[in-house]
Amino acid sequence: MSGWGMVWRETENETMRIRIKFSKSGGLRFIGHLDLHKIWERSTRRADIPLLYSQGFHPQPKIQIACALPLGFASNCELVDLWVDGTPDLFILKDSLSKAVPPGLKILDVENVDEKGPPLQTQVQSAEYKISLDQKTDIDSLRQKVEECNKAEKILRERRGKPYDLRPLIELLEVNLDDLKEKPQIHMILASREGATGRPEEVLDFLGIPFDETYIERIHLIFKT
Amino acid sequence: MTPEEIEMKLNKILLNVTKPGRYSGGEMNITIKDWSQDAVRIALVFPDIYDIGISNIGLKILYDQINNRTDALAERAYAPWRDMEELMRSHDLPLYSLETYHPLGTFDMIGFSIPYETLYTNTLNILDLAGIPIRSKDRQDVDPIIIAGGHSTTNPEPMSAFIDAFVIGEGEEVIHDLVNVMKKWKSLRSSADKDSRKIREGILREMAKIDGVYVPSFYSVDYFPDGTIEKVTPDSADLPKIITKRMVAKLPPPPTSFIVPNIEAVHNRISIEIMRGCTRGCRFCHAGIINRPVRERPVAEIVEAAEAAIKSTGYEELALLSLSSSDYTHITDLVQAVSDHFAEKHLSISLPSLRIETVSVDLMDKLRDRRGTGFTLAPEAATERMRKIINKFIPDEQLLETCREIYSRGWTTIKLYFMIGHPSETLEDVQAIADLCKKVLAEGRKVIGFKAKVHAGVSTFVPKPHTPFQWVSCDSVEQITFKQNLLKRELRDKNIKLSWNPPEDTMLEALLSRGDRRLSEVIYLAWRNGAKFDAWQEERKYTIWNDAIRETGLDSDFYTHRQRRIDEIFPWDHISTAVKKSFLFKDLKSSLEGQIRIDCRQQCFACGILPTFNDLRRQNPGDYWKCPPVIGPGRKSVTRSDEEYSRIKAGESVKGSEDYS
Repeated sequence: MSGWGMVWRETENETMRIRIKFSKSGGLRFIGHLDLHKIWERSTRRADIPLLYSQGFHPQPKIQIACALPLGFASNCELVDLWVDGTPDLFILKDSLSKAVPPGLKILDVENVDEKGPPLQTQVQSAEYKISLDQKTDIDSLRQKVEECNKAEKILRERRGKPYDLRPLIELLEVNLDDLKEKPQIHMILASREGATGRPEEVLDFLGIPFDETYIERIHLIFKT
Repeated sequence: MTPEEIEMKLNKILLNVTKPGRYSGGEMNITIKDWSQDAVRIALVFPDIYDIGISNIGLKILYDQINNRTDALAERAYAPWRDMEELMRSHDLPLYSLETYHPLGTFDMIGFSIPYETLYTNTLNILDLAGIPIRSKDRQDVDPIIIAGGHSTTNPEPMSAFIDAFVIGEGEEVIHDLVNVMKKWKSLRSSADKDSRKIREGILREMAKIDGVYVPSFYSVDYFPDGTIEKVTPDSADLPKIITKRMVAKLPPPPTSFIVPNIEAVHNRISIEIMRGCTRGCRFCHAGIINRPVRERPVAEIVEAAEAAIKSTGYEELALLSLSSSDYTHITDLVQAVSDHFAEKHLSISLPSLRIETVSVDLMDKLRDRRGTGFTLAPEAATERMRKIINKFIPDEQLLETCREIYSRGWTTIKLYFMIGHPSETLEDVQAIADLCKKVLAEGRKVIGFKAKVHAGVSTFVPKPHTPFQWVSCDSVEQITFKQNLLKRELRDKNIKLSWNPPEDTMLEALLSRGDRRLSEVIYLAWRNGAKFDAWQEERKYTIWNDAIRETGLDSDFYTHRQRRIDEIFPWDHISTAVKKSFLFKDLKSSLEGQIRIDCRQQCFACGILPTFNDLRRQNPGDYWKCPPVIGPGRKSVTRSDEEYSRIKAGESVKGSEDYS
């Protein structure tokens, strides 16, 4: 096969599933989940890393992204699995891929994972978010709202015309001051399983905080044990 | 407003618009330069939304040309979609460049690419969103110089009130001349008085002397009482009476580090221009006249560029562009090289504009271009008579044979492009389009049964400036509607899909492409009353345009439905594409007589390109231009003996051709 470069130790019929931890910030916050798929496909081609493709009439590269990051959120804990044709040296792969991704995307870690393991999307249990607020936010009344939320038994909300209970999806919710002790910051851990995903903006809405006055970062993905 | 302030505002508003990735920048392969240096700053603008503009190859060429200089920088901007525009206006956010978020008004020069006329109102809207006075005459020294180029500017007059300087022809070299003028004046500009126009005037005077640059404010137009043009006069003796297009003798290496959008765009692909120009001589074709002569890139250069572009973009699609791929001299070699080189790379390769012949099917087969299941052919007309009139002669049998081959090689849909409204068209010619579509479908049925499909795209002809048909009138809305209804009635088979353009769109296109400088006022009024995105289908715009025409007291029929006098001076006659008006007229006469002209690679018809660019060709010897040795003027080509022809074919010089070579 062509296009291997010197990165690859050529062994026949060997493939690998590689898990990449990456951050997404800056202008790339405004790029959605489907577009991110394309970004990975093109980045690997730029890095000359041959991906495995699905069979069939319209072969698709095998790429799995852990769980969709909503538009506008930053993150330093995103995960993507790539199935590559060959057994590359991970250190060199990280280097060549780092040069091939667009600004705003940073490769933090690369590891080899079990090819036969379950799909990445099904392995995530919950996600942790850090939400930075405007200086003018009144921290005391916010604390009160958070307490109210934590004490509630049910928080009925509607999403796409369907009612659901937000409360069981909230695993943790607290208010702190940021590192400079100036602005309040909300910390939350929300369920992030298939079919049970808590959305930070819904919690913010309950707390009465306008979405566009916040800066939301996903800081941790918690796996099922 | 500073870039930091713009970024802060953007962070607040971008989540409330569709596709915010259009406005955030940060794509792969952009060039970001230091603004503290004293570089000439140029904003390149495509006046349609990002999704369409991002893949424009002309601007990409200029972007590289400018950014490769150490003394200049280029950044990009596009038209914001309606939702974003509304938020920008309500948040006092000026239009900014995507690279560094600098407001457009802080650039030295803004270059618009205007390939089609329906972008005129968007151009005005962008100037307004940038806080720059709409009309050239209202701009001060502090405002950027506004330039425009692209196919539509071969008739610059309708936009003459808004554009400071037009570039006629190819931009690769002239852009440097413009930047050099800006550079000379830049230090003076920064110390300009607020209300002064002196420096501006100086810059434009100098630009107007560059070959291929037209500054409309230095030219005045006199009209006859009947509204046609009497004369166009420059206001100074040192300005050219005729502005001749710029043309590069040899195509520079194609761009390879394409900017890769982070969101889906209309064309997500590498585009490599394999050849510029076309020798077919279709009489309706604007591009075929204005891009002469034909220049081809070598196969090796194309393959090398494709390789480099895949490496730098990671794109999954490669398009090999030209006006007529089949005419590229080494097309078989090219296709072989490309398919050998890029096999098994999960790359789809497209080769548009193939001739209607079975060889084309072999070419496409080799490229395995099945991603879109359609195979496109453009017969343009369906009767022999009409094919002779437009000089695109393909016998029915050749078309049908090609279609049989296409269906039998696994394609299920054939897209056929036709035009209605050609000069002297009758209903029989229109009926023949429907009949031909059915015949093609019947061929498909024979080969693959009911899977066979035909997609008929029937657009409406607009007589374009600088073409042999520039004298003829455009069909009226009633005529077009009648013809379209006939097609709709005839093509009811569920396996034939018919698409067409709204006749009102055609009228607008005809008005804007054939108009004179009095149309500036119409464009201004239409924009002020809300017209924008005229290339997009929306009902409201017709009312706005009609009102604008009425308010100015002009008559749109004068521009669109009038058969023009033989000796009429056209609004675009002081702009020369180097193809002589007398040549165009002769070709119109041939058309009326039903005479076809063969491919001018085989025989020169003395269109005017060679004498105009004689020096350029002398400086670049060789057969890079695909113009054959010339049969001299004043001698009828039909009188040539067979012996002379074979000598011409063999490349020997023949008496009478020295003037041109």
